[in-house]
Amino acid sequence: MPFACIYVPDFPVEAILRAEPDLRSKAVAVVEGKPLLEKILEGNENARRAGISAGMTKLQVELCDEVILRDRSELQESAAHQALLDCAQSFSPRVEDFAPDTLLLDLSGLDKLFGPLPKIAREISRHATEIGMETNVAVASTLESALLAAHGFAGVTVVPDGKEAEFLGGLPVEVLFAGDADSKNSEEFLGTFRRWGVRKFRDLAALPEIALTERLGQDGLDLQRKARGMGMRQLVPCDPPLVFEEVIELEYPIVLLEPLAFVLNRMLEQLCARLQGRALAAQELKLELNLENGRSETDAALTHFQRTIRLPVPLLDPKTFLKLLQLDLKANPPGAPVVKVHLRIEPAKPRPAQNGFFIPASPEPEKLELTLARINGIVGNGRVGSPALLDTHRREAFEIRHFTLSESTSGSERRLAGSAGRGRPALHRQTGEIITGMRIFRPPIAVRVSHRNGRPSHVMSRKRRQISGEVLWAAGPWRSSGDWWEQDAWVRDEWDIAVQEQVGIVLYRLIHDLLTSEWLLEGSYD
Amino acid sequence: MSFLPCSWNAGESLSSTYLPAGPTDKKTIVLNHLASSKRLIDVRPASRLEVRPRPEMLSTSIAEVDAITGGLPRGCLSEICGPASSGKTSVLLAAIAAATQRDETCVLLDASDSFDPESGAAAGVDFRKLLWVRCGDSPLCNSVSSVVKDFDQREHPSTSLKAGSVTPDIHRKTKTSERRLEQVLKTTDLVLQSGGFGLIALDLAGIPEKFVRRIPLASWFRFQRAVEHTKTALLVMSEFACAQTCATVVLKLSAPSTSLRAGSSHQPSAKPSHAQLLQEIRVDVEVARMRMERKPAGSVRTAFVTKAVRAG
Repeated sequence: MPFACIYVPDFPVEAILRAEPDLRSKAVAVVEGKPLLEKILEGNENARRAGISAGMTKLQVELCDEVILRDRSELQESAAHQALLDCAQSFSPRVEDFAPDTLLLDLSGLDKLFGPLPKIAREISRHATEIGMETNVAVASTLESALLAAHGFAGVTVVPDGKEAEFLGGLPVEVLFAGDADSKNSEEFLGTFRRWGVRKFRDLAALPEIALTERLGQDGLDLQRKARGMGMRQLVPCDPPLVFEEVIELEYPIVLLEPLAFVLNRMLEQLCARLQGRALAAQELKLELNLENGRSETDAALTHFQRTIRLPVPLLDPKTFLKLLQLDLKANPPGAPVVKVHLRIEPAKPRPAQNGFFIPASPEPEKLELTLARINGIVGNGRVGSPALLDTHRREAFEIRHFTLSESTSGSERRLAGSAGRGRPALHRQTGEIITGMRIFRPPIAVRVSHRNGRPSHVMSRKRRQISGEVLWAAGPWRSSGDWWEQDAWVRDEWDIAVQEQVGIVLYRLIHDLLTSEWLLEGSYD
Repeated sequence: MSFLPCSWNAGESLSSTYLPAGPTDKKTIVLNHLASSKRLIDVRPASRLEVRPRPEMLSTSIAEVDAITGGLPRGCLSEICGPASSGKTSVLLAAIAAATQRDETCVLLDASDSFDPESGAAAGVDFRKLLWVRCGDSPLCNSVSSVVKDFDQREHPSTSLKAGSVTPDIHRKTKTSERRLEQVLKTTDLVLQSGGFGLIALDLAGIPEKFVRRIPLASWFRFQRAVEHTKTALLVMSEFACAQTCATVVLKLSAPSTSLRAGSSHQPSAKPSHAQLLQEIRVDVEVARMRMERKPAGSVRTAFVTKAVRAG
């Protein structure tokens, strides 16, 4: 049964480099600890060549100009670990979360899907590189062999079946304790091996079992079996929750939207690569920004800025997401420099879309969302969308809903949709009947009204002098009222009037608000 | 030889070509030379130009209008114009309702924010297929300037992300109508670029004439070119024809002074006002322009009646 091991050397550094790939060619070291007591946790290969090693103090390292120091970020390490899990699970459903930097995979049966084992190992390595991490990948017939080979050999390694002891024989015994949390115990063993002159795996494998057990106990025997490449444990598959989030803590606060877009672009690309690996798409984007002026403030509203963009259909295009976030941030600026960016994507299954030959063309969802966001930026939020009537007799009772592309509907559904949300009988025209349209004045125009025999005889607007004329004809009044149990009750008389103006006869709807005693022109028939 | 000057310019230079002395021979040689010119070889003679295929028509669901125009042409710019209470909004609603009932996605760019959803529902508009863009003076209308402001303030980064830092100084002085018109034109460009809509309606009826006249002809050409060769019908509604030569069909609407029918009488009645009812409006339609027909169609007229909606 073949197994694979993915190991990320210098994992804290790789987590940083994943967010800042420009630093990959430079010497980078990660520091940890309280200020003034900070020490080097890890450094990449370039840092080691520059003489930086774990345990050095920050002050010592700062003497070397070429080394770039970064604080350890557990959030970024967690995101990198999640990305590594996604990478592994895109190849095999049976994955063991051995350590933050190490994953074990069961490869049995995958040869029919991905090809021979060396090809699978190369594919895993390539995929890990795509998500921004340099990894060691080893394939072997036992878990222990794959684990040790991944820790001992750089790049892609395939351990020949049945020749594990020979293949691993040249590795130093320190590799046996790779990933071992009990460092004190391992130091004891390493000290013993050093005194015995055991340097390589093959030296340990050649020792007599009984004599070794007498001196080192069962642990010593287990180490010898590992050095011989023998399998001793079973794979423990994990089922991690599907969390797609990325966090970046910025060294310096970002003030402009443009550099923030670069950061968001990197995060979105990583998240979309993870979603693609799991054959998922994004349904919702949640952006949380920590603001600079919030460091000293206790008010959460000042420290956190949150935006949520809900997509009408699941999408997987980082460029579209970036543009949506940019437009949203332009319309709603955070209000202060940004020190931390937290982006989370709610996953959903991709939209199973199949266009029909006779289905009318409709806008592409990605383009439509961008268009709506751009129009929002021009005319303002809440002024773009589909109207929906509310269940009330009050005039101008409607709301604007987010416009989404709906599926084709049948005739009966369409009639119901025409008066969506309205409780009273649906108004829809009969066949061949043309409805007189109404143009609403928003806000209504206040007018002075003269009366003759109880009916309006002349109207003149207070502000707009152009609406002024004799009332040729009037129908009404029709009184209506409602919401008397609420604070915003309404009572009004409604007239239909024909006014002689310069352009001709214009039909208006005239309202007499009985609560305020105002005369208003609500709209015109057209 | 009157054709020679323009021919010289269009074809290759004959300065280096030897021309015989005889006038007839000279003419023949020039014509032969022009015919063999490499630059003119791809120019198709006017006599062989193909007739542009007649565009697919989109029904307005008003039989009288469809009978004289065939509907609204797809891939073209059409105009409905007429004064207040002439019935143009009724025609617009009927066209949108017909399009949405065919499951086509429609856009209404409402410059004066005057669309009445109740009238729309009564006309049979499927709101799930209608994108309504309300132009106006919303508080977030400043976002237009905030983008500009952000761009301008790159030299002063400390204020660019601060919400309170954006002041719409530029737009404060501009008039409301100009701002609405600017919003409509920008939005139209965006919607046309997005593509896929069956009907895009621009309602410019509430904007004063002096502002609508300022829309450059280039904008109308741009809109017309954007919808060309697409399935989208672009419909402009205003109080007068404004798209000029870019419009394929222009319908002029008017309501005769005797069109009011209150109760059973056409004229102001002696009945008390509470006994009268606005029932219907008679609308006259004239085809002012139709580019698809070879003959001028200015005299084609028809009329229909719109029914007033009573509250349920």
